Amino acid sequence: MENLKKTPLYQVHVDAGGKMVDFGGWALPVQYSGILDEVDAVRNRVGLFDVSHMGEIYVEGKNALDWLNGMMTNNVTKLVDNQVMYTFMCYPNGGVVDDLLIYRYGPEKFLLIVNASNTEKDWQWLVNHKDSGVELHNTSEETAQLALQGPLAQKVLQKLTDYNLADIGFFRFADPVTISGVKVLVSRTGYTGEDGFEIYCNPEDATRLWQEIMTVGKEAGIAPCGLGSRDTLRFEANLPLYGHEISQEITPLEAKLGFFVKLKKKADFIGKEALKNLKEKGLSRSLVGLTMVDRGIPRAEYPIFDADGKEVGVITTGSYSPTVDANIANALVDTKYLEEGTPLWVGVRKRRLEARVTKLPFYKREAK
Amino acid sequence: MNIPEELKYTKEHEWVKVDGNKVTVGVTDFAQEQLGDIVFVELPEVDEEYDREDSFAVLESVKAAADVFAPFAGTVVETNEDLEDDPALVNSDPYGDGWLVSFELADGEELTDLMTPEDYQKFVEEQE
Repeated sequence: MENLKKTPLYQVHVDAGGKMVDFGGWALPVQYSGILDEVDAVRNRVGLFDVSHMGEIYVEGKNALDWLNGMMTNNVTKLVDNQVMYTFMCYPNGGVVDDLLIYRYGPEKFLLIVNASNTEKDWQWLVNHKDSGVELHNTSEETAQLALQGPLAQKVLQKLTDYNLADIGFFRFADPVTISGVKVLVSRTGYTGEDGFEIYCNPEDATRLWQEIMTVGKEAGIAPCGLGSRDTLRFEANLPLYGHEISQEITPLEAKLGFFVKLKKKADFIGKEALKNLKEKGLSRSLVGLTMVDRGIPRAEYPIFDADGKEVGVITTGSYSPTVDANIANALVDTKYLEEGTPLWVGVRKRRLEARVTKLPFYKREAK
Repeated sequence: MNIPEELKYTKEHEWVKVDGNKVTVGVTDFAQEQLGDIVFVELPEVDEEYDREDSFAVLESVKAAADVFAPFAGTVVETNEDLEDDPALVNSDPYGDGWLVSFELADGEELTDLMTPEDYQKFVEEQE
C-alpha cells in the first residue's frame, strides 16, 4: 500500500475495517462487510462510497461550449445550466478515449468528471486539442468525492442540509450546497442504478462529511461500501465500465450506447465520420446480455462459442448477480447471435457451459 | 482467526485432516476471509485422480475465481455436495460443513510439507 495514491479517506477506511487493495494505483477499499451485504444495502437502503479517485477537469472560456461540442459525441448544446450529461470522447476511428459526465454551470463554464485511470490520458487529449478561448484546469488532486446511493439516500442527506434536495432532479446539480456546515457540489447522479447523490468537496472536509453521513444514516441502515459492490451494482444496472464494455477498441455503437452518440448534430466531432460509416455499413459485433443455464460463473475475457463450437465473441463483464440471483454476463458477440433466447456457450476453464442471450438491463429499479 | 489444533496446514491456506485412509481438505479461515463471499464452488468428480499441486477445485467469490491445489497426489473419494446449494458454508464454517473434498492417497504418497497449527499461525502473521 506504500507506493499507492491515497484518497483523503484512506485512514477512515483502514480504521473502519475496509479491505484495502491496489485499484489502478489507488489504495481503496474493495469491500467492507462483504459485497453481498453492500449490494443489498444499496438496493434496499443506502450505501456510502469513497470515489475520490475520479478525475475533475474544468473547461472555461468564451469558446468552451462550441469546443466541447466538437470533442464529445453527445450534443453538449442541449445541456442547460445545472444539468449533467453523460457522453463519450472518441478517437478519430470511433474507439473511446473515455466516458464522462459534463456538468454545465453556464455557457462558459463546465466541469468534466472522468475515470480515475484515464485522468492523465484525458487531460493530455484535451490539452492537445485545445482551442483559443478555452481554459482547462485539472482539479483532481484538490477534489474529494463521496457517492451516497440507494432509495434512502435523499432522506439521509436531507438531515444534514437546509437545501431542499428534492429540488435537484435526476442528472441535475446544485453548487454550492451547505452540508453539515461544509460547502459542496451535489448532483443526483451515480453508478449503481439506484437513486442517490454524488458529493464533491475539498479533501480536508471529506473525513468529516463521511463520518457525519455515516452517523445520520445509521437509523436508515447505511453501509460503508467498497469498489467491489460498486462494480457489481453498475454491471447489474447495465452501466458500462471503461476497458470492459467500451475501450479504445470498442466503439459506443458496438456497446449499444448509440443514444449518447448524436450523429445528426450539426457540429463535427472527433470520431463522427468513423462512427457514421460504421452505422451505415452495419455492425459486425454487438453487446448482449447472457444468463448462464449451466452451473458456473462467466468472467471477463472468457470466450463465447456457438452451437457448432465456433468462437463468436468474448465476455466483457461477468459475475454472480446477487440482485438477480443468477450468473450473468455482458458479451461482445457476432451480430448473428443477438436474438433473445439464442443459446451460446461460455468457455469456463476447460469446460463449455451453456448460456442464453437475455434482454438488458438485468436490473432496473421500479419507478417511484 | 480460528486455527484448530487437530488439523495440518499448507502454504496455500488449506487444512488437511487425516482419518485412516481418508484425507479431507478444505480452506482455512484466513483463506475464506481473503476470498470474501463465496458464491460458487466447482468440485471434482469422485474417482478423479490428482497430482500434487494440481487444481482440484475452484472457489468463486463475486469478483474472482481461485484455484484450490492438491497438497498431495490422490483420488477423490467424496465431495461436499452441500456446497452446490450453499457455497457460503465455506465462509461460515470453513473447518466443518464447508469442507471441500476427501481423497485417498496415491500409492506410496506421503503427507509432507504440512505445517502444524503453530507454524501456520506464524506463516499467516508473516503474510499480513
